[in-house]
Amino acid sequence: MPRIVVDVMPKPEILDPQGKAIVGALPRLGFTSFSAVRQGKRFELTVDGEVTDAILAQAREAAETLLSNPVIEDVVNVEVVEA
Amino acid sequence: MTELPLIGGAPVAVEPHLVGAKIGVVTFPGTLDDRDAARAVRLAGGTAVALWHADTELADVDAVVIPGGFSYGDYLRAGAISRFAPLMSKIIDAANSDAKLPVLGICNGFQILTESHLLPGSMIKNDHLKFLCRDQVLRVENNTTSWTSDYEADQEITVPLKNQDGQYIADDKTLDALEAEGRVVFRYVGWNPNGSRRDIAGISNAAGNVVGLMPHPEHAVEPGFGPESNDGTDGLGFFTSVLNKIVGGAQ
Repeated sequence: MPRIVVDVMPKPEILDPQGKAIVGALPRLGFTSFSAVRQGKRFELTVDGEVTDAILAQAREAAETLLSNPVIEDVVNVEVVEA
Repeated sequence: MTELPLIGGAPVAVEPHLVGAKIGVVTFPGTLDDRDAARAVRLAGGTAVALWHADTELADVDAVVIPGGFSYGDYLRAGAISRFAPLMSKIIDAANSDAKLPVLGICNGFQILTESHLLPGSMIKNDHLKFLCRDQVLRVENNTTSWTSDYEADQEITVPLKNQDGQYIADDKTLDALEAEGRVVFRYVGWNPNGSRRDIAGISNAAGNVVGLMPHPEHAVEPGFGPESNDGTDGLGFFTSVLNKIVGGAQ
């Protein structure tokens, strides 16, 4: 079954409080090479059958209207992954 | 809405002319504060009407409260899924119509209103990352909205605040416009509990019929059961404001 993967990230200018907490925890585990972390979201939309252009367009629209909030987030990637 | 016995004694004289004003209180899956909001409406003298998110009609209500809680478990983003409930499209249309239906969003209700684009900006996690519950002082900076007309200009009120995603954000252009148009309705006083831009606790739309805020006026409507200052009833003014507006408009 093919899937459409949608990646959403907080906008660069918005401080990501969760990423900030994670970057604070990393050195406590000995991971000292990372100066910043930003946490986003990955959605996997399963399609029964072939991914047509129309279905991909629907996925892009869903990504902009429901899966992300354009005030605080950017849709950074929409791609088809074959199973 | 089922009648609940009034505990703690009814703090306000029920004014018969307000009883006919109907305020809808919306319940989504995961809403917590609908009963308190309905109770606040009744304590202020109005009639509370229970609305269900899947309803397709507004039941002729004169105003709507979208209460707090964790609708859909805050999944995806707080308020994001509720925004697409059938009843929300009715509320959005009515709020934007010439009739300018008064709508109040409290906490998760405020988040739903921003997701609905009835109010600008958005909420993200508190800057300190913790859930916070406390009595919070707010300054009423605009007392001309449908929900704040019973307050004095710059009156300071104390109501409970309880949230995890309470940090109000918007871009500078939006914030400047809100300030210039007097649409910052409430500002945090004393300290900023969540990192909200410019200490903003609540805002309105341009017409002033749609108001959203993170703190909870519906939890400060009854002596002995709210914050300790002013009998703990500082939140009652939201509900008397809208009731008086509805009744005044009908006369």
